[in-house]
Amino acid sequence: MTNVAVHLEGQQPSLQTHVHDAIAAGAAHEKGQQHPIKLYLAVWGWLFVLSACSYLVDYFGLHGYLRWSLILLFMMLKAGLIVAVFMHMAWERLALAYAILLPPVLVLVFVAIMAFESEYTHLIRVMSFAAPA
Amino acid sequence: MAETALTNPAQPSAPIAGWRGIAADWSSDQRAFKNVSWGKAMMWIFLLSDTFIFSCFLLSYMTARMSTTVPWPNPSEVFALTIGGTQVPLILIAIMTFVLISSSGTMAMAVNFGYRRDRVKTAALMLITAAFGATFVGMQAFEWTKLIMEGVRPWGNPWGAAQFGSSFFMITGFHGTHVTIGVIFLIAIARRVWRGDFDIERRGFFTSRRGHYEIVEITGLYWHFVDLVWVFIFAFFYLW
Repeated sequence: MTNVAVHLEGQQPSLQTHVHDAIAAGAAHEKGQQHPIKLYLAVWGWLFVLSACSYLVDYFGLHGYLRWSLILLFMMLKAGLIVAVFMHMAWERLALAYAILLPPVLVLVFVAIMAFESEYTHLIRVMSFAAPA
Repeated sequence: MAETALTNPAQPSAPIAGWRGIAADWSSDQRAFKNVSWGKAMMWIFLLSDTFIFSCFLLSYMTARMSTTVPWPNPSEVFALTIGGTQVPLILIAIMTFVLISSSGTMAMAVNFGYRRDRVKTAALMLITAAFGATFVGMQAFEWTKLIMEGVRPWGNPWGAAQFGSSFFMITGFHGTHVTIGVIFLIAIARRVWRGDFDIERRGFFTSRRGHYEIVEITGLYWHFVDLVWVFIFAFFYLW
């Protein structure tokens, strides 16, 4: 029993310092980004795995919708990991995150417009100039 | 509360005449990004504008590729290398991808050690990142040389649609330029870290502002962005 009591008493200050550390870390977040190295290594590993996967999609010569959905999936996962963890966006305030991340999403409208436009151009070229490719 | 007081002044100050008034109003304490320094906010805004530039390149490539009636050269074969007698598709591009991802990993750790005020480890990791970046640019130079020798030009190539060359040189060239600038940026900041500028908050030669370890994170933002752009180029240019 006494042993346990001593042990607990021994723990007490360290527990307190731990809480202090946690508060200090919270305050440090405001000033600079501090995250465990282990997290970066895990993300690094995942980026390797995802890159290898997207390379294998080409290596095995997958085609059609399967190829495209896999390529886009791996691309978005990689981009998400880089922005969220490596660039620390996951820990920034929403005001910054939305200001930076929403505008590029609107580029998708531009993509849609240009996709329609190029389909049309292709159609006109096939009808007027060349044999269909 | 202090922040609210700063962003919502009880009453506007008396107007100052002319340009000084415009400057005074625009520079008054209106902060949207509360806990983000001006340096970091401006890097993010720069990266956003850079995103639009690369979006336009990839979009024009998409438009050219979708609208042409001539078959597009198969990137899987164009970028294949013959290693030990067998053709390995896209192998150089895959290695370049891994090099760039590794550089991002070392950069993230450099930022971490920077905030721990570990001068030597931060500078060393930044230099390793720069070395990976230089390796990437070197491999890209090799790839360009190989393609040019095979007859790829911005106005044509031996395998198909003429727009292949112009898209390829424009997109990878612009990205390679970004990597090169990043390497220079990394070496410059690593030198200041190594010298201990941020431990004594030495003033920068250009801005005359006190230096902080945050510049390592800002440099890191740029570097990770270069990696991020490569993710999209890899998917759309090489894997399509």
